[in-house]
Amino acid sequence: MPVVDVKKDLDAFSLTIVADFAAPVERVWQIYADPRQLERVWGPPEYPATFVDHELRPGGVMNYYMTGPEGDKYCGYWRISDVSEPDSFTFADGFADEDFNPNTDLPESQNVYSFAAHDGGTRATFVATYPSAEALQQVLDMGMIEGATAAMGQIDAFLAA
Amino acid sequence: MIEGDEDRADALFHALADRTRRDILRRVLAGEHSISTLAGFYDMSFAAVQKHVAVLERAGLLTKRRQGREAFASGDVQVVRSAASLLSEFEEVWRGRISRIDDLINQLKE
Repeated sequence: MPVVDVKKDLDAFSLTIVADFAAPVERVWQIYADPRQLERVWGPPEYPATFVDHELRPGGVMNYYMTGPEGDKYCGYWRISDVSEPDSFTFADGFADEDFNPNTDLPESQNVYSFAAHDGGTRATFVATYPSAEALQQVLDMGMIEGATAAMGQIDAFLAA
Repeated sequence: MIEGDEDRADALFHALADRTRRDILRRVLAGEHSISTLAGFYDMSFAAVQKHVAVLERAGLLTKRRQGREAFASGDVQVVRSAASLLSEFEEVWRGRISRIDDLINQLKE
């Protein structure tokens, strides 16, 4: 099981996920450096992601959308601040409208993804920090609706099989 | 499960089984909206949007309050939470991502 630790720190308004992968750091970095690989891991199978802009460099923008089972679209963006290939990168992650203008009604998180050599493989640490406890809660609650929707899609598929 | 719970689950899943209603719910969970503001987001009549809001209200997913001639709707996070208690959360999203990264790495290795 590659997930080592999941930590929700409601005081620091942050979520930290630690995972170990059986591949060198450069290989794991490649996933983020290549939009076609990133698309395969970012969205769940029911909500595949498409990156329309992919600039993994300081000041770069990554715009993406996820497509739901009914063709519904959810847009988001990453604004990259720091890149230290292949060790880490830092970015703001938020929701956007269909033209990729940031949706300011929903919280933006600050993220640091870092990769370090560990036991012949890579230890990846993903940290997302929200501006407030309410913002973190809001995102958790939004995730729940997606989860409920995805689960229903799976039930439908099961019944149709 | 007692019958009341089953009825409640029916109402919840019926409410969530429609794209417009899920969209309305996302918006009102992010903050209170007037029904007329909500109606502006969709290519349908005010009455049709009102009907969707009523379905969500019956399922207990949102609450309405009146101020003058305007009705406002806000999402009830607690209900969404309890409805989804056995479903995924942020953590699940991440577990999914990590297992996909793992799959991708192993696939390309072969």
